[in-house]
Amino acid sequence: MDKISFNLSLFSYLMASLAYFVYLAYRRPLVSTLAGWTVAFGLVCQTVSIGIRSSQTGHGPYTTSFEVALFLSWLMVVVYFLTEWKYKIKDLGAFVIPLVFIVLLYSVFLSKETALLPESSEVRFWLTMHQTLSIMGYAAFSIAFAAGIMYLIQEHQVKSKKLGIMYFRMPSLEVLDDLNFKVIMIGFPLFTLGFMTGSIQNTEMDQPFFSWDLTRTLPLVATWLIYCLVFFGRMAVGLRGKKAAQGAILGFITVVGTYFLHIL
Amino acid sequence: MISTESNLVLVGVNHKATPVEIREKLAFNQVKLEASLEHLVSCPEIVENIILSTCNRVEIYARVEDSEEGIQLLKDFISDYHGIARGGLDQYFYSYRDNQAIEHLFRVSASLDSMILGEAQILGQVKDAYSTARALSSTGLVLNQLFEKAFNVAKKVREETGISERGVSISSAAVELAKKIFEDLENHSVMLVGTGEMAELAAKHLISYGVKTVYVASRTYERAISLAQSLNGCALDFDAFKEELYRADIVITSTAAPTFIIHKEMIEQAIHKRKNKPIFLIDIAVPRDIAPEVNDLENVYLYDIDDLQNVVNANMEERQKEAENAMEIIKEEVTKFNNWFSTLDAVPTIVEMRNRAEEMRKNEAEKTLKNLSHLSYDDQKAIHQLTQSLVNKLLHKPTINLKKKTQSKDGHVYLKAIRHLFHLDD
Repeated sequence: MDKISFNLSLFSYLMASLAYFVYLAYRRPLVSTLAGWTVAFGLVCQTVSIGIRSSQTGHGPYTTSFEVALFLSWLMVVVYFLTEWKYKIKDLGAFVIPLVFIVLLYSVFLSKETALLPESSEVRFWLTMHQTLSIMGYAAFSIAFAAGIMYLIQEHQVKSKKLGIMYFRMPSLEVLDDLNFKVIMIGFPLFTLGFMTGSIQNTEMDQPFFSWDLTRTLPLVATWLIYCLVFFGRMAVGLRGKKAAQGAILGFITVVGTYFLHIL
Repeated sequence: MISTESNLVLVGVNHKATPVEIREKLAFNQVKLEASLEHLVSCPEIVENIILSTCNRVEIYARVEDSEEGIQLLKDFISDYHGIARGGLDQYFYSYRDNQAIEHLFRVSASLDSMILGEAQILGQVKDAYSTARALSSTGLVLNQLFEKAFNVAKKVREETGISERGVSISSAAVELAKKIFEDLENHSVMLVGTGEMAELAAKHLISYGVKTVYVASRTYERAISLAQSLNGCALDFDAFKEELYRADIVITSTAAPTFIIHKEMIEQAIHKRKNKPIFLIDIAVPRDIAPEVNDLENVYLYDIDDLQNVVNANMEERQKEAENAMEIIKEEVTKFNNWFSTLDAVPTIVEMRNRAEEMRKNEAEKTLKNLSHLSYDDQKAIHQLTQSLVNKLLHKPTINLKKKTQSKDGHVYLKAIRHLFHLDD
């Protein structure tokens, strides 16, 4: 059952990605509506598969790499729907949903073994907090990444004065910049809290609060610094537009890099 | 006499082949239009008609008894009514029938036949023409349905293709760019440097899209004041505008200065003061007012008159491409309409109904006559005649009524009922 719903959600996201591409190129309102419903269906299926897995393991989906990928892609869709509802940027789907599909597809190749939670209830609590908050932060960052890419495409069009099909399809620079800022404004505190609760969890496990581990901690610090710069840079010196978009893209690339360093 | 044929025809002239000197003579003003509609609908050959008269076209759509006759009659009418010899007009007239007439109307309503492809005005004009004709009862089932459909098709084309979305004038292209940079123009400000006519036009366009704050700077302060008054803005001293540049989100320059008056450093300072909030600079002066390097600055977008003209040209080309997509939609809709239209024609149904009845009559009569071999040839003939006239009498009223009813609004319901009752579609 969880396998069926998992496959259905994977398939839905693939179909919806294709539909969003078609919409981007040919603008048929029906296609975008269809894509939206397909994503919604995928989300329902994915929720079912997460629910089943959680009831089997007895804890939330954040202990193994597979669970993290499952949970992250699920949250990305949730954040996407919230953004879509608030901003009504139909073409955002063409940038976010393929990303969701890739994350979920990646999870197919990960071990489906379940892992036990630590015995200590304190450790368990901090682990849950750490994972949930961090993954929520990453989901927000993925939307900022998509908005950043869209910003760069649109900015290039306006700047170079070659107004192609994307110029007409995509929202204004101001809206994209605003979206980029808002999601980082939400994602950055979540990520920071995730970072801190992770450290607390370390101390609960009698490890140092912070370690200068070259593959585990340092990339995380780098990620944190990038988003910190993007976040406070805007407020302090008006870092916005292209630089903010580039920051969001660089930040997300670091997130992905950190992840792979982590599992190596 | 009741029409059993539904022939759609269209006769007209438009801007493509007919010079304005001719078009203006053929135009119908509102008074002429109403008189003409009433005159035409009183002609026995014409069942329904609508006249569309705009500055670019004069077209009469009609449902007539006979296509060829109808077309000639409409051409004669247009020339007679305006007192111009038919011979002089024949080279300008075009005429279409049925499918082609439907397609033409859909193209016209969707603005594919307009001088400026995709312009929005024509749909309103077609709607006006329709409601005038409808108010005078010169339309009926077919033209009502056809025009309502044309409005739907136009809406569909507008929504599903980009035919109307790209600005094809300098000021509309500038407004579009402003909206792609700032989204909502309402909380944004515009500064005019120089009071050129085109700058004023562009500013008015921006104001109509919500821009509230307007600054005007001119070398002649009086002109700045008078333009500022007409735009509900405030005038700036020409020497002061450089310090005030940072206040403006959109700057339109149109001075007669022989060299650049806005340099990179000035904008650099302004953008710094604005904390990197974007500036959109529109330079419509020739020679240019703004140094082109300004565009290299981040969050600064500079368009000069040539850039805007290039955008307009590209947009025109795009509209052409979108017109091809629009034609696909139109072709589809013509087929759909035609399917409905063909169900209106009573004649095939009447013929089938009569054939079916005749077949039954013949079978039954022959069955009976087989057992009556003692009857003479004349007697047998009499029986045949009797059954024939029975069938004719039985079907006479339904035939007449069906022909009548197919002219009414729910005509197709009757046709469907007859086909069902007589099992004609088996």
